[in-house]
Amino acid sequence: MSILDRPSSPDISRPKTSGLEISGGGMTRRQAWGLFWLLAAAVIAWLVFAVWPDWLNAILISKKAFVSAILNGITLAGLYFLVASGFTLIFGLMRNVNLAHGSLYLLGAYIGYEVANRTGYWLLGVAAGFIVLALVGVVMQIFVFRRLEGDDLRQTLVSIGISIVAADLMLAVWAGGTYQIPVPEWLDGALTLPVVTAVRSNGVSVFLTYPLYRVVVLAAAIVIGIGLWLMLHKTRVGMMVRAGVDDRAMLSASGVNVHAVFAIVFAVGAGLAGFAGVVGGSALSVAPGEDVRYLLASLVVVIVGGMGSITGAAIGALLIGLAEQIGLVYFPTYGIVLTFVIMVVVLSVRPQGIMGKAR
Amino acid sequence: MSLTVAVGAAPRQNWLEKLGAGHIILAVALVLYPLVASDFFLTQIGGYSLIFGMLALSLMMLAGYGGMVSLAQITVAGIAAYAIAILGENNSNVLGLGWPWWIAAPFAILAAAVASALIGWISVRTEGIYTIMITLAIATATFYFAQQNYAIFNGHSGYAGIRAPVFWGVNWRDPKAFYYLCLGSAVLSYAGILYGARSTFGMTVQAIRDNPRRMRALGYHVTAHKVFAWFLAGIIAGVAGVLLVWFNGRVSPGTIGVDAAIDVLIIAVIGGLRHPIGPFLGALVVVLMQTFAIDLVGAERFNALIGLVFLVIVFISPDGILGLWGRIRPQLAQESLRSGP
Repeated sequence: MSILDRPSSPDISRPKTSGLEISGGGMTRRQAWGLFWLLAAAVIAWLVFAVWPDWLNAILISKKAFVSAILNGITLAGLYFLVASGFTLIFGLMRNVNLAHGSLYLLGAYIGYEVANRTGYWLLGVAAGFIVLALVGVVMQIFVFRRLEGDDLRQTLVSIGISIVAADLMLAVWAGGTYQIPVPEWLDGALTLPVVTAVRSNGVSVFLTYPLYRVVVLAAAIVIGIGLWLMLHKTRVGMMVRAGVDDRAMLSASGVNVHAVFAIVFAVGAGLAGFAGVVGGSALSVAPGEDVRYLLASLVVVIVGGMGSITGAAIGALLIGLAEQIGLVYFPTYGIVLTFVIMVVVLSVRPQGIMGKAR
Repeated sequence: MSLTVAVGAAPRQNWLEKLGAGHIILAVALVLYPLVASDFFLTQIGGYSLIFGMLALSLMMLAGYGGMVSLAQITVAGIAAYAIAILGENNSNVLGLGWPWWIAAPFAILAAAVASALIGWISVRTEGIYTIMITLAIATATFYFAQQNYAIFNGHSGYAGIRAPVFWGVNWRDPKAFYYLCLGSAVLSYAGILYGARSTFGMTVQAIRDNPRRMRALGYHVTAHKVFAWFLAGIIAGVAGVLLVWFNGRVSPGTIGVDAAIDVLIIAVIGGLRHPIGPFLGALVVVLMQTFAIDLVGAERFNALIGLVFLVIVFISPDGILGLWGRIRPQLAQESLRSGP
């Protein structure tokens, strides 16, 4: 559900067609779509679970490559969602395009690395990444963005300036090397999935194995996504945030301390970026330049998904993560074009993004 | 906006008065500059400032007159630069069709302008702050694409060994010749923008910036005007890109990286987005800093310094150096009145 959605989104207001009221002229649009999604799900389920015939293997390289690409795409989408949800939350409430968001990700990763390395506890590193970056976010909101309220161009320019300075200072402290945050043993290892990739000549099925850690990242992203949704829709603060998205002045006039709400949202958004930094730095690696990569990812995810919408961020992350990984396997040097095409298509059909609300 | 200052000129003036004393002094100084400057100051400072000034000018035109802040100007210039490398000659053994410069250069500029119009067409579907996001996404995506792709962009190493043309008995890569080439292009684009801002088209674009809904209601095709403005900005950025590749002799993904894209924005903002002279001022300041700040803070911390300067400018003077000047000038005038008889 989007944090921008009012109760009467078009889908709900339309009269529901149950099986009983069969109209004379064949299927309704809703039924047709249902059938389409059912078919799509069946095809995907078959692609994942069946043993592939040779011609399909010939087209798609191999089943192992295909299913791995899909799984990698989905887990990468989890990471992208973590980064982009903070970005979209901050924009939705404050109209603040925080182009330093990638720097927050990278800083979180470095801090997580330092803490995890010195204490030996990975979970402590994750917590530190979230807490420190949440504090950084509050400081940024109070000392920088609050001073420029209502001037979104200058806020954006300032965030660019911050990202330049931050990138340079991080380079000064951690140099240009590549770090990998060590994953604890209980998360390391491989998971054997009930997916048969091939059948050996002696009749033994080969099952797909997949890193446990990536599955955990995906699970964490899903839990956090649900948590964010619950926070926005079931708590008092969430109610204030949603009200602020719709009409900031009115919320302020009804006695709510808007700046406190802004600070909370900024803390959550920046903290999530830091959290994602540690989690992503454990699965992949930490190096200068990652800030730009994740800034691009969050930009494209929220442009595609729609600014200010958590559901949109999830859909966008899924699309972009899948496109990136499938592109990597099937057309390696043109992979980025696929991401780009998705963005252009969405912009030309729905300029406000898939779940975005026209303003 | 202070753009109206120039518009208010009375119609019955001869061309010298119309030009204004400031412009004439500036032009004379710029033309005579090679007499006093060393080769280093001619190209590394003069030529570079003019090239980056043109890039920032194309941004200033979109941002100042059209209200569309683009971060993809270096991408557009990069397309022209790559086109020169691909269509002309390079020594990277990839492509290099060997076209003569007088076909390759116009073609490269046209390619850049068309690419710019396409970027504009994509981004004008949304408004305001979205433009900056979409253009940044396009610039970053192009950078990664150029880095990954070997068939067209020759991947990470890019193209090297591109030579500036030699004609009329002049090697245009020589410091003096190259400086005058840059100066000529910069003056043409500057004058073009000054003229264009007062033309019907320029006025329409500015009106669309101020109130797109009203202009749409009056029957103007808002999207078409914006996209054409992008096309024109693309021509200027394309010329800058051609000059850049002739000067450097090489082009690589680093040329069109995110740092470079942001540098162009920094130059335009430091200089000021209200008058076409601003980008050139900003370029001069940034290039001077780039060249001499290294002695002060070392090459490594240069980005932090320029980032801080940028932050200070955005905080204290949103209109850049031009805005500072506009604020100081009235005070100076008062000072001189006070110290007078």
